[in-house]
Amino acid sequence: MSKRTVQFKIYRYDPDKDQQPYMQDISVELEASDKKLLDALVRLKVVDDTLSFRRSCREGVCGSDAMNINGKNGLACLTDVDSLAQPIALRPLPGLPVIRDLIVDMTQFFKQYHSIKPYLINDEPAPERERLQTPEDREELNGLYECILCACCSTSCPSFWWNPDKFVGPAGLLAAYRFIADTRDQATSARLDNLEDPYRLFRCHTIMNCVDVCPKGLNPTRAIGKIKDLMVRRAI
Amino acid sequence: MNVAKRTFDAVIVGAGGAGLRAALQLSEAGLRTAVLTKVFPTRSHTVAAQGGVAASLGNTTEDNWHWHMYDTVKGSDWLGDQDAIEFMCRKANEVVVELEHYGMPFDRTDNGKIYQRPFGGHSMNYGQAPVMRSCAAADRTGHAMLHALYQRNVRANTQFFVEWMAMDLIRNDDGDVLGVTAMEMETGEVSIFHAKATIFATGGAGRIYYSSTNAFINTGDGVGMAARAGIPLEDMEFWQFHPTGVAGAGVLITEGVRGEGGILRNDAGERFMERYAPNLKDLASRDVVSRSMVTEINEGRGCGPDKDHVLLDITHLSPENIMKRLPGIREISIQFAGIDPIKAPIPVVPTCHYQMGGIPTNYRGQVVVPKDGNPNSPVVGFYAAGECACASVHGANRLGTNSLLDLLVFGKSAGETVVDDFKSGNLMLKPLPETAADVSLARIARLESQKNGESVHEVRLAMQRTMQKHAGVFRFDNLLKEGVQRILEVAERAKSTEIKDKSQVWNTARTEALELDNLIEVAKATMISAEARKESRGAHVRDDAPDTAERPNGRDDQNWLKHTLWYTAGNRLEYKPVNLKPMSADVEPIALAKRTY
Ligand SMILES: Cc1cc2nc3c(=O)[nH]c(=O)nc-3n(C[C@H](O)[C@H](O)[C@H](O)COP(=O)(O)OP(=O)(O)OC[C@H]3O[C@@H](n4cnc5c(N)ncnc54)[C@H](O)[C@@H]3O)c2cc1C
Ligand code: SF4
Ligand code: SF4
Ligand code: FES
Repeated sequence: MSKRTVQFKIYRYDPDKDQQPYMQDISVELEASDKKLLDALVRLKVVDDTLSFRRSCREGVCGSDAMNINGKNGLACLTDVDSLAQPIALRPLPGLPVIRDLIVDMTQFFKQYHSIKPYLINDEPAPERERLQTPEDREELNGLYECILCACCSTSCPSFWWNPDKFVGPAGLLAAYRFIADTRDQATSARLDNLEDPYRLFRCHTIMNCVDVCPKGLNPTRAIGKIKDLMVRRAI
Repeated sequence: MNVAKRTFDAVIVGAGGAGLRAALQLSEAGLRTAVLTKVFPTRSHTVAAQGGVAASLGNTTEDNWHWHMYDTVKGSDWLGDQDAIEFMCRKANEVVVELEHYGMPFDRTDNGKIYQRPFGGHSMNYGQAPVMRSCAAADRTGHAMLHALYQRNVRANTQFFVEWMAMDLIRNDDGDVLGVTAMEMETGEVSIFHAKATIFATGGAGRIYYSSTNAFINTGDGVGMAARAGIPLEDMEFWQFHPTGVAGAGVLITEGVRGEGGILRNDAGERFMERYAPNLKDLASRDVVSRSMVTEINEGRGCGPDKDHVLLDITHLSPENIMKRLPGIREISIQFAGIDPIKAPIPVVPTCHYQMGGIPTNYRGQVVVPKDGNPNSPVVGFYAAGECACASVHGANRLGTNSLLDLLVFGKSAGETVVDDFKSGNLMLKPLPETAADVSLARIARLESQKNGESVHEVRLAMQRTMQKHAGVFRFDNLLKEGVQRILEVAERAKSTEIKDKSQVWNTARTEALELDNLIEVAKATMISAEARKESRGAHVRDDAPDTAERPNGRDDQNWLKHTLWYTAGNRLEYKPVNLKPMSADVEPIALAKRTY
């Protein structure tokens, strides 16, 4: 790709000066080396330093730059800018309070993550060396532990939009299953109790938006299904 | 401006691997601790570490900490302090096993133990053959580690101040450290965090270079804050250029790829590392591999239309093994090089990666400065760990996987020292000077009122280009001399940067301007220390200090076996001795020798 000009429509809101959010039309000339949407945003920020967004790793592992890109949640740093229809519409993640421009308040999202006790529980005295785990048992954690807490999934989930305070949401439930699936964790039954509730788990209606948007290719719906299976199995 | 005060037993700046490991120690001991971080903890750049963490567990091949210590001292080109290196290598098994107990999802061997892979510069029996010492979770070790540490801190109820940026270190007239000032990014408000102990764990500053494997947030804030507060910076001339950054993008391809059997090739398809490092070949130490690559490129054997990179080839590995052990690398290669490494080799170039120097500390995590004839006198109330600190275990060149280990060992050690000092009553809450927040408020006021200044972007770019050109993989006397002038000019320009954004809410333009002040300190320290060191050692290789019989590899132990200390005031340089004595009386020092692989 050589130099080219790209058109944007960006959600702007600075509570310090704006009464209302608005959509800003803006275009920017990209250098040949600007390949990802994040490169384009950094370029835009050179022109207008008031544009605010989070970013850090620029390689899809830190989870900072999730946003709504042409109507779909994704990471700016993993999205090829030339693959997007123009004008490229950028909005903050849906369903969370906007602080400024593309920056949302993630408190509710992390609250739900924390609510599932996202840490290994094993009260046996720790052995001198590592706890053993077979490669097969370890493999059960693949597709679960790689989550980067970007919130693309939960903020595309209608159940989370309606009940962000009650429904754990796909990211939190994926994390819950990550510990349930770990042979070293001993709290499965308490973890299931924690989710046995009309909202926390059962608000998931298998709409699959979460799977569709996860930039790491993870599948929260499958994890949720497995938790539901365990609930059913222990009921009989 | 009204400045709120908050008081804690301890404040930790940074929630990467080092900060989180230290925080755990304090939280579990019941100290009232505040952990400040610019980003949500799991977004710290430790998350990007790929290849593994070193420990001589010996799960697959025989191993012991003596061999690890030897490799680390040799890797450091004898600039590392042998007491700190012994401490780190002896502690490795303990801290890695702890991490496993915290829930870290390490890969496993067939008998259920932690999986280990070979890594550059790590060897068996004092340099004889590669050893399997790098404990790995696929090629996502840093992610797995950072999340496990964060999760353990959730369990320990650690108190985080997320998206708070520390601005300046607070010291009193005696030089004791009393805490930091910090700005809440969401509101723009400045507060004082007043504490008995302050631990810096702010990570590296790779963003001083134009091309870097580091995140946007790696701007050397702790190092810059310490320098401005009068603390010298140690060995800042030593920067690691990682051999395999994706050409054009800078994103890292872990050395674990070569650990799993990857091979570097030039335009003729030749495995050129056989010529430079007959024993360890592609797994020689990083500085050696990076220089070999640049030599290949400079001599016209580079690949691609511009002959400006070499190729990292894993097409001979089985697709199953690549999917299992290197899935993240495959993703990165497809995303950033447009190449599926199962089918074609990846274009790579040496890329700025790691800061060996930093805030001088001892192995207990105390910050140490020259005072009253003692080159290593602890600063009361001040501790540091991780990439921002210089213990010094990496000396002139760090071995891969030794940094994640450094975070665990020295994060824990700094935490333990604070807990000890706290319990023994050595730490007191000392009165804050009236002027505690003045410097920070003045920096913000300047940005509010500055007119007709250059943009932060322009000045930062000038700094990055200067560093890249004048202090790169190979260093030249004339370029360094010119570089010193250039970087001092850029530093002047940084004093009058102008931002258009005047909002109090999440003003990222302001954050970047404040970060630039820190980057500039690091850049000056690097260029000035590098210009002054008239020898070649580890990652610092000069044209006027070539390999001779008298000075193997251009290293001059007679004059330069010493640590650099750079002070920002007057750009003054001092030197202090390297500790060649191990921690324990019954451990033999590793004797000086020529470094070959
Ligand atoms: C791509 C990549 C791969 C790597 N792979 C490996 C590997 O496989 N093995 C290995 O051993 N090493 C590896 N390294 C090196 C290693 O990962 C780093 O050296 C290490 O993670 C640094 O950890 P840290 O805790 O010191 O800092 P970081 O993880 O960078 O954390 C710094 C913390 O400080 C906070 N902070 C910074 N400034 C401020 C401020 N002003 N106010 C408040 N908070 C602040 C940040 O928010 C963050 O929480 C790799 C490095 C890179 C870049
Ligand atoms: S599958 Fe469940 S969690 Fe995922 S988007 Fe649908 S309702 Fe939400
Ligand atoms: S599951 Fe995927 S989309 Fe959801 S937070 Fe984790 S990485 Fe992001
Ligand atoms: S910047 Fe880290 S995920 Fe995109």
